[in-house]
Amino acid sequence: MKTFPIGGVHPSDNKCWSKDKAIEVLELPDVVNIPLAQHIGAPATAKVAKGDKVLVGQLIAEATGFMSANIHSSVSGTVTAVDMVPNGQGIRQMMITIKREGDEWMPEIDRSKDIVRECSLEPQAIIAKIKQAGIVGMGGATFPTHVKLSIPQGCVAEYLIINGVECEPFLTSDHRNMLERGEELLIGVEIIAKALGVKHTVVGVENNKPDAIANLKKIIAEKGFDIKVEPLKVQYPQGGEKQLIAAVTGRQVPPPPALPIHVGAVVCNASTSLAVYEAVQKNKPLIERVVTITGETMATPRNLLTRMGTPISKLVEMGGGLVEGDVKVVNGGPMMGRAMVNIDSPVTKGCSGITVFVGKKAHRVAVDDCIKCAKCVEACPMGLEPYLLIKLSERQMWDRAEQERIPDCIECGCCQYTCPAGLPLLDYVRLAKQTVMGIIRARAAAEAAKK
Amino acid sequence: MANKFIAAPAPHMHNPHSTQSLMRDVIIALLPALAVSAWVYGLDVLKITAIAITSCVVVEFLIQKLFIGGRQTVSNLSAIVTGLLLAFNLPTTIPWWIIVVGAVIAIGVGKMTYGGLGKNPFNPALVGRVFLLIAYPVQMTTFSQPTVAGYVDAMSGATPLASVKSLAGDASFAEAIGGVDFTNMLYGMMPGSMGEIAALALIVGGLYMLWRKVITWHIPVSILCTMALFAFAVVFFGGERGAVLYEFPAFHILAGGALLGAIFMATDYVTSPMTHKGMIIYGIGIGAITMIIRLWGAYPEGMSFAILIMNGVTPLINKYVKPRRFGKTSAK
Repeated sequence: MKTFPIGGVHPSDNKCWSKDKAIEVLELPDVVNIPLAQHIGAPATAKVAKGDKVLVGQLIAEATGFMSANIHSSVSGTVTAVDMVPNGQGIRQMMITIKREGDEWMPEIDRSKDIVRECSLEPQAIIAKIKQAGIVGMGGATFPTHVKLSIPQGCVAEYLIINGVECEPFLTSDHRNMLERGEELLIGVEIIAKALGVKHTVVGVENNKPDAIANLKKIIAEKGFDIKVEPLKVQYPQGGEKQLIAAVTGRQVPPPPALPIHVGAVVCNASTSLAVYEAVQKNKPLIERVVTITGETMATPRNLLTRMGTPISKLVEMGGGLVEGDVKVVNGGPMMGRAMVNIDSPVTKGCSGITVFVGKKAHRVAVDDCIKCAKCVEACPMGLEPYLLIKLSERQMWDRAEQERIPDCIECGCCQYTCPAGLPLLDYVRLAKQTVMGIIRARAAAEAAKK
Repeated sequence: MANKFIAAPAPHMHNPHSTQSLMRDVIIALLPALAVSAWVYGLDVLKITAIAITSCVVVEFLIQKLFIGGRQTVSNLSAIVTGLLLAFNLPTTIPWWIIVVGAVIAIGVGKMTYGGLGKNPFNPALVGRVFLLIAYPVQMTTFSQPTVAGYVDAMSGATPLASVKSLAGDASFAEAIGGVDFTNMLYGMMPGSMGEIAALALIVGGLYMLWRKVITWHIPVSILCTMALFAFAVVFFGGERGAVLYEFPAFHILAGGALLGAIFMATDYVTSPMTHKGMIIYGIGIGAITMIIRLWGAYPEGMSFAILIMNGVTPLINKYVKPRRFGKTSAK
């Protein structure tokens, strides 16, 4: 069975809590806070003001520039504020606050359950529709999908790889979508493949989801899709873009600034494909998504179809609430998610799950001295030496850190996960990476200025 | 809601290994060899082991308390591992005070001088052992006979390596190892240091550590393969033919500290390289140096020296041998 070539770790997947829980529709929130920055790139520009009435699916903020995405209202009601509101980390961020009144949808959105396969649109029209719907990568990276599908001059897309790996422990939202909405998801894949004009389309799914693999294979056989399902050996971080491309095609994306397209591959998340289906075939913008609420101590872990902007506290409540004491509520999975201090912050496009840790597991392990056990070197999927990078970072030896290829780091956390001394390896590597990237950008700017 | 929200950057999960659990696994892996040793040599083995472990732990505790300060590191169990390994390198006839001197050198000079676990350039147990070997050569090489019933004295008190070495000057390789009983060597029925005699028990310990992912195969396999190939080449180009071509390499792997060194001493995290490629270079170095000392040097045994020499080379290996980077060899 295929997997990526270097490093990786095997955290226990903890999918058992929520993987068999069918998707439920979360009760509509009374108030939503919709951030203008839910994607990589420039925040969108608000198109509504306090007092405006909006419908579900109405454009409320427009993409600003090339790397940006549209934002639509997830509820119908009245805009009560366009103002700075604290996000999950407690940092104030521009958000549109809407008080919900009923559930009135934009008339052009097709809300029927009928599955529409036929798509006669040209590639450019498909991409335009995806852009219009404000779709971004829903696996967590939130890269605007229309930018990803616009292949740069001189590059050719050979492979479309759909990321159904969901290698983050605990999370099951992609899993449930592949299981319950497989056909629509595959039509979305077919549409993306058409937009790209690729020869090979592969859905990569880790082998801990045999039901999803079987379901997709069955639909492909019955309905005649030209799509291959590739079961992958379970190993974190297989869902990393570069790791997944290497696992499926054997091709390794060269170090930055090279992109996946340079080896002829485009990777799209499974839930994003479903959103593409809804956008292109049903005119439905990205206003809701499946969010897993999970954790070892949650009384009722679930997979909830949630409107964007819903307070995360509402999901936590649906999951059974928090127990007394120390808690860590993570937006995303345990390996790359972000811990929150403000759980009244909203669900956004990149939020695939909420993972809750309590008590001792909410805290980091005790730190010892490095014993040079080399486990971090063995675990690093990029072939870096975290033990060395942490020292270079501590000593601020940025030139050396650049030589040791710190910009290659994908921040997957394998090194820190595996370190028996409990060292905060990734904290230091991240610091050094940001500093080095800043130096590289400054150097490039200086070069450009000389010319 | 009485909740304190903990906010630290990802990752939010940690694998169950800790320094302490790794050391505990090494101790468990050493127990079979200790048991065989106690069976072969009697209860003196346990006494010596207890003295060695106690001295190492006490020395580390005192140095940490009196000189270094800060958090006590004894609980990471590494002093116990050093004590066990030091004991494994001693003969059963050793006087108790030499053990204490060994522990002071191993922990005091070999480890704590540099700042404790993780910072020492040389394997502490070997620093202690080699010091004792040079300072007290007689006491360190007076080996008693196995006391277990059924042992036939084939090699009269000298270790197999020493007896072969004393013969090798004028006898052929075949004659030199003619008196060797391989079955006895496998089960530990030979004179030698306490922990090095039980080949099978050491291999079992090594497999346990591989299974628990405490070590990888790279260091032990590269050392043992190098030694075997080296021995084979020497015999082959020495003009010997027949069974000795296989017996001579097998003898060198089973005799002396080869297995103990390859599986337990050379794999010491702190003093071995960080990359798989580096580990293999390090292993080849140890294997080759061991054989050069064994065959042509003044000592019958070369494992300890070889490991210490390669410990010294480790920083250089780490500087120049880099792991295979992702994306360096893009297909197409």
